[in-house]
Amino acid sequence: MAIVMARGLRKTFRVADKQPGLAGTLRHLVNRRWQELEAVREVSFCIEPGEVVGFLGGNGAGKTTTLKLLSGLIHPSGGELEVAGHRPSRRQRGFLEAITLVMGQKQQLIWDLPPLDSLRVNAAVYGIDDRVARRRIAELAEMLELGEELTRPVRKLSLGQRMKAELLAALLHRPRVLFLDEPTLGLDVNAQARVRQFLADYNRSTGATVLLTSHYMADITALCPRVLLIHQGRLFYDGALAALRERLAPWREVRLELGQPISAAQLGRYGEIEQLDGAAVRLLISPERLTGALNQLLTELPVLDLEVREPPIEELIGRLFHRGSVEPLPQQQR
Amino acid sequence: MRGPRLPTWLRRHGVLWSVQFAYMAEYRVEIALWALSGVLPFIMLAVWSTAAVPDLGLSSAALGRYFLSAFVVRQFTVVWVVWQFEEDSIQGRLSPYLLQPLHPLWRYVAAHQAEQATRLPFVMLIITVFFLLQPASFGWPGVPRLLLGLLAVGLAFAINFLLQSLIACLCFWTERASALERLLTIPYLFLSGLVAPLQAFPPPLQHLALHTPFPYLIAFPAQLLAAEPMGAGQVFSLAGGFAAMGLWIALLLPLLVLLWRRGVRRYGAMGA
Repeated sequence: MAIVMARGLRKTFRVADKQPGLAGTLRHLVNRRWQELEAVREVSFCIEPGEVVGFLGGNGAGKTTTLKLLSGLIHPSGGELEVAGHRPSRRQRGFLEAITLVMGQKQQLIWDLPPLDSLRVNAAVYGIDDRVARRRIAELAEMLELGEELTRPVRKLSLGQRMKAELLAALLHRPRVLFLDEPTLGLDVNAQARVRQFLADYNRSTGATVLLTSHYMADITALCPRVLLIHQGRLFYDGALAALRERLAPWREVRLELGQPISAAQLGRYGEIEQLDGAAVRLLISPERLTGALNQLLTELPVLDLEVREPPIEELIGRLFHRGSVEPLPQQQR
Repeated sequence: MRGPRLPTWLRRHGVLWSVQFAYMAEYRVEIALWALSGVLPFIMLAVWSTAAVPDLGLSSAALGRYFLSAFVVRQFTVVWVVWQFEEDSIQGRLSPYLLQPLHPLWRYVAAHQAEQATRLPFVMLIITVFFLLQPASFGWPGVPRLLLGLLAVGLAFAINFLLQSLIACLCFWTERASALERLLTIPYLFLSGLVAPLQAFPPPLQHLALHTPFPYLIAFPAQLLAAEPMGAGQVFSLAGGFAAMGLWIALLLPLLVLLWRRGVRRYGAMGA
């Protein structure tokens, strides 16, 4: 039975529409105009217990709004929603004890006190016995590689340390469902990897269900076998990450710095030219042809520097929706 | 051997209070300044002592005790929930509070009580200095009056907190609920007894004031602590004062619950 179920979920916000300048300000003061903003439109999906699902989409696509709806932070304008057997907007105690929502750098830790003080508060709020709380803090701190940081004021911690302490605070009550909105935002590569590893370990050891948004493709590839793709409030894809990647990016991007400018005709033999700016070149090459094409490039052209990369998910999604075709992609059979 | 286990709600409030106290202690200098900034009753005492004023039926010592009591009551009934709630709402800090199985307003209650505890040494110091400078004003209200006075201070804090929380709830509709709080400052200052004892008011204004919650925020608890006479021919009667406080709490509490429920439905979790 699904632990998260959304059917025809909708959320509309009423936002003030203000034109710039003095005239706009006066009009806004006397005759305020409002417009309806459809942040989430008829979104439906189910998540089974223990699944780790990535929630993808550009800025303003509706990811965070959906997470807020799922966590009961905001009320839906329509549709059905059930999480851990509860209707989230009722925010019953059983529901609140079953979930957690971590929102990037928005913190619940008390800024001027050490994280341990905030953890004491959380333990009391969730009615966790002192001994149990101490044991859980020790376990989670070990997994997150947190030690002395727990007794230093939060304001003195680095961003990465704060994020790890934030996760510890959010997981102290052992939630069964984790909603994570950009949990690695702004962290350096090492800290990102540690948070990622922690989430994988936590999922494995507790069987918790995770729904995660991230702008870092590495988070999604490391953690999420399944992804949901949302754009302008609509769900466009629900299925395996590998299938989505193949569909969106059936190529790798190769950046070249050449010793001298080469003509487009000459470069076209190696792959599709994405950008040609003097001696700086960006080529798109399919994964099957990649090894051979790289060999050829290195032997046949005066290559000074070369980089192969998967395009960022933002870019892939951007390309998908700039094609003009925004029909939902076929769903994978689940 | 373990002692008796505290009820969960009390243990929870104890932890919240102690952590908030630690937080407030970080800002003890600021709190000392806040405490010192509440000297309006002493300024008013100076004004009322020197100006040609109508006979209030209070001796100079009693007037001194009243304004000192008003200062003490004010120190323990100060409520800043509107400002904090507004900031938390705008900054997105309210969202994690809403997702925990504890009503967010309890956090603010604990924060206020922790702040009151940090104010206590400064208040004691000011009381001591006051009686050293005006020994004639010294008077012991007696244990029953003192206990009733302390109860009235607690109830005054409760009324003020409920009133301000109602305004704070408007943050769910408008981001700047503190503007309304500023509007309330004027009737609060004049009708609460902070600027003048209620005896100084013309009878119609006194009558009007007694139908608002404001006199019960300062004047009634202050008169209790100052051991002023109550009952027939006086502004307050003991039973009437406590009954009015109970009524205001009974009126404001369900209003707050209702407004909170409606507000939370509108909450857009901005900044979060």
